[in-house]
Amino acid sequence: MSSFEAFKDPALCRRLLEQLREEAATPIRFMEVCGTHTVAIFQSGLRSLLPDTIVHLTGPGCPVCVTHESEVAAFLELAARDDVIVATFGDLMRVPGPKGRNLKTASAEGAAVEVVYSPFDALALAKDNPDRTVVFLGIGFETTAPTVAATIRLAREQGLGNFLVMSFHKLVPPALRALLADPEARIDAFLLPGHVSAVIGAAPYQFLADEYRIPSVITGFEPVDILQALLHIVRMRRDDAPAVVNEYTRVVPQNGNPKALAVMSEVFVPVDALWRGIGVLPQSGLALSEAYAAFDAFKVLRIDLKDHPPLPGCRCGEVLKGKIPPDRCPLFAKACTPANPVGPCMVSTEGGCAAYYKYRVDA
Amino acid sequence: MSERLLLDHGSGGKASQRLVAEMFMRHLDNEILGRLDDAAFLNVSGPIAMSTDSFTVDPIFFPGGDIGCLAVHGTVNDVSMLGAKPLYLTCGFILEEGLDLGDLERVVASMGRAAREAGVLVVAGDTKVVPRGAADKMFINTTGIGAVVVDPAPSGHRARPGDAILLSGTMGDHGLAILSTRQGLSFESPVVSDCASLCHIVGRVLDAVPDVHVLRDPTRGGLATTLNEIAGQSGVGCFIEESLIPVDPAVAGGCAVLGLDPLYLANEGKFICIVPEEDAEAALAAMRADPLGRGACRIGEVRADHPGKVVMITPLGGQRLLGMLEGEQLPRIC
Repeated sequence: MSSFEAFKDPALCRRLLEQLREEAATPIRFMEVCGTHTVAIFQSGLRSLLPDTIVHLTGPGCPVCVTHESEVAAFLELAARDDVIVATFGDLMRVPGPKGRNLKTASAEGAAVEVVYSPFDALALAKDNPDRTVVFLGIGFETTAPTVAATIRLAREQGLGNFLVMSFHKLVPPALRALLADPEARIDAFLLPGHVSAVIGAAPYQFLADEYRIPSVITGFEPVDILQALLHIVRMRRDDAPAVVNEYTRVVPQNGNPKALAVMSEVFVPVDALWRGIGVLPQSGLALSEAYAAFDAFKVLRIDLKDHPPLPGCRCGEVLKGKIPPDRCPLFAKACTPANPVGPCMVSTEGGCAAYYKYRVDA
Repeated sequence: MSERLLLDHGSGGKASQRLVAEMFMRHLDNEILGRLDDAAFLNVSGPIAMSTDSFTVDPIFFPGGDIGCLAVHGTVNDVSMLGAKPLYLTCGFILEEGLDLGDLERVVASMGRAAREAGVLVVAGDTKVVPRGAADKMFINTTGIGAVVVDPAPSGHRARPGDAILLSGTMGDHGLAILSTRQGLSFESPVVSDCASLCHIVGRVLDAVPDVHVLRDPTRGGLATTLNEIAGQSGVGCFIEESLIPVDPAVAGGCAVLGLDPLYLANEGKFICIVPEEDAEAALAAMRADPLGRGACRIGEVRADHPGKVVMITPLGGQRLLGMLEGEQLPRIC
């Protein structure tokens, strides 16, 4: 068995599940805040095997899902301009904004929208279209932000004048703080994201244990990773010894990735940001710094975020906070399905609602 | 430069006649087609299965086959899935002006070979040539009929709780072969389409087990989508085990790289066979006795609970739904 397969080993998983069942005497509500964890827990069938005492909540772990209505309205406004080509990751295409409009409808109405697989593709697009302005929609957490920052830096080095970024990047630790500050959200523990942590390291989560006494584990995406993390959480809770534990040491260095952090802090500055269903969270987003203002689509094209009401009936906001499971939303599996999504949690393949719809057997 | 197809070839005049005589008749000829009347004269009796399918695959040549043999296999297989022995095919060609006549000949020759191997006769045909850009190289429609040899015939409505779900071989080969050719990707070990006519192997299975409840070939949408269709038609739950579903390692590797799930990729030479539990071993033995069924295996069972759903039992012993293909279909794979 390769070391990779060992993290899927069914026999080891069964032993870990057995241990979990024995040790999880008191109920625990744990939340994962990474879309890849959401999908892994459903797809491996783990969710159906967890003891009743362990309740799985899917949190705001998908960057597409937390993109705010006002942000969608801003990039739709951008797409409507004749002099602009919008470059975006594909999963943003169907995210609904005000009046149900999205990039697909904008594209059908004549907007130039290009799906790219990397921000560097958007840079190439700008070089190929010198008479248009290419605006890359910067969506993602700390995982994506360094690559976008490196692209912006490269654009400056190359003196590219027609490449801009509309940054909607969001930061995970401030969102966790906001969730815990909400008295209605009942969260006992966090499964912390592997990819984000590979960039930021473990230290930014320390407040979870110190201020909120919440046991938290950084872990990978294989069943063995997840089960070991849960066992760790159960034991920390039993011993009343909350800590932030890095179990994903094969990928996550304790101090993160210094190079990625350096380019991020060179190009971006933390700002207050809008989260769908949650609202404004202080210092939870990234905007282009003063030194890179010439690449900031908001500033160069003078676009502001305007107030937009949430989608009528959609309860994605409460789903994101772990307040209700997806099937408590009146639209779930009725008006809102993966083929015809109303809310962002159903649009993204990593959204909590989409995973619930797609994988959950007792639906 | 090789010869190109002209709009004249579709005019119905002498150029059309030459094309028919020199190309289509040369590879597809038989006594019925050779009469060249306005319709084929057939003498058939008893219950008949009939199916039609149009083929628009891009690229028209791919590892393991081409649009011509695919057009024969596809309809032969659909007819076979009703428990019928395929007898006759018709074929209609929509050809794009400027098509390389050498390519057309390769395709027609491939159709002829596939028809002979399947034991079917092409008894009627039609050719239209459309201006450049109105079609992409060539589209082929085939319609087939076959004599139903069992009663009751297998049907998607006949899966019953307790039945065993069998599969004739690996999943996803055709879909990945097409996608990787189209995108110019190559893998360490080549991925080859599984396209083949299933009539002979199905004949073996029906000889061994006349009461086959369901036969279905998981083409577009793959195993996942086809099982969902059966679960819906029969009002039952299909429970399958992830670790039992055969996937070629090259296909599994390619899918991992491209972010695809082989259970949603098309197959063109595999079938799902649902039989009463007591017939499962006999059906499997019959499948394995045929070169197209060497990798046949049991993948799960039909249950009364979770009607209309496909439930996947994961290697950990957990359960999750296996849904229909969502969103856009992979374009033009068959």
